[in-house]
Amino acid sequence: MTKLTFIAHDGTHFDMDAENGSTVMENAIRNAVPGIEAECGGACACATCHVYVDEAWTAEVGEPEAMEEDMLDFAYDVQPNSRLSCQIKVRDSLDGLVVRVPARQG
Amino acid sequence: MTDITRTDVLIVGAGPVGLFAVFELGLFDMKCHLIDILDRPGGQCAELYPEKPIYDIPGWPSISAQGLVDKLLEQIAPFKPDFTYNRMVSSLEKLEDGSFRVTTDENEVFEAKVVVIAAGGGSFQPKRPPIPGIEPYEGKSVFYSVRRMEDFRDHDLVIVGGGDSALDWTLNLQPVAKSVTLVHRRPEFRAAPDSVNKMYAMQEMKQLEFQVGQVTGLTGADGQLSSATIKGPDGDVEVPCTRMLPFFGLTMKLGPIAEWGLNLHENLIPVDTEKFQTSVPGIFAVGDINWYPGKLKLILSGFHEVALMAQAAKRIISPGERIVFQYTTSSTSLQKKLGVSG
Repeated sequence: MTKLTFIAHDGTHFDMDAENGSTVMENAIRNAVPGIEAECGGACACATCHVYVDEAWTAEVGEPEAMEEDMLDFAYDVQPNSRLSCQIKVRDSLDGLVVRVPARQG
Repeated sequence: MTDITRTDVLIVGAGPVGLFAVFELGLFDMKCHLIDILDRPGGQCAELYPEKPIYDIPGWPSISAQGLVDKLLEQIAPFKPDFTYNRMVSSLEKLEDGSFRVTTDENEVFEAKVVVIAAGGGSFQPKRPPIPGIEPYEGKSVFYSVRRMEDFRDHDLVIVGGGDSALDWTLNLQPVAKSVTLVHRRPEFRAAPDSVNKMYAMQEMKQLEFQVGQVTGLTGADGQLSSATIKGPDGDVEVPCTRMLPFFGLTMKLGPIAEWGLNLHENLIPVDTEKFQTSVPGIFAVGDINWYPGKLKLILSGFHEVALMAQAAKRIISPGERIVFQYTTSSTSLQKKLGVSG
């Protein structure tokens, strides 16, 4: 199991064990993290699972692919560390990953 | 006088479930007309994830969303459904003879004995961009589509987005507007490379401005914009702006159906699980837009729903006629309707 932490916009921490191969978004939905809407269900088609990857993790998580970059155009307050959480797959090297939820999704 | 289009069943929404409704209704000789806000059939399957595989369509271990739409169109072709695209249904009224009159946002009028709402997550509408304080300007100086190019003549126009709509309108409105500033959060575009090259060429000739960044603030009064603040890589820039066209994709909203007098349950339409009929007899709701205990928003559930709905619709359209349950595999009369007999 890989440990993930979501920090909601109000500062609340959500710690969880995530299965490798699942997406970061799926774990947010399973654990009812507020502010992750995932309207399209993970098809990379809506930009409502936008998160900020903690600075310590950006290199390991990596850059979005072209399709995800396109979708990020529709997100609110996009930063260099913005990702769509449905496009980040949980793996061993992400054990301890911290992501923050933005003020709003679009 | 307005022309009235008459049909047996009016289907609101041409997604997978609306399309399959044509098949089940067609087996009972009911003629269908579908209305959709998009410019093509398929609903979310076509608009949101055409290339994505779906794994839970019975008999198809994997099929792309667009592939499913194509197959459904092939399957319903024998029933020759009519389609009206790029329209939103706006009002519904019940006529004295029990049928329904439905009007679109372009004032086309349809009359049908049965209305089937297969509107999925609602109608696709332009997404409000994430710009604080934009609401008072909407419809006055911020527009989500271009109805008349003249409305932009001699204005300082700011277009936001990186897709085809944003680039096309940048190029088309440049000769009309006083100034054009295109704002996109990065120098890569989703739009066709040819339009992007044209835009860069015009920027080179100082015919327009291209700013990398995000619009973070608007200035103006009484709904009339005067300038926009753009947060770019080198800090904030203020640009003149008396008209804005943001292109931030589409979202789904229930829309005017909410005003049709049907009972609603958290923006969904409650139905019974025998007929999938709403609180108004003759109006049915199928697919993602309906709600009943145990509801699952699956395409396959929608397929089941339309099969049962079709039986109830037939009783309304041909009262008194005996409904014979038949299999397409063995019924020669059904096969004749499908054009496969002999």
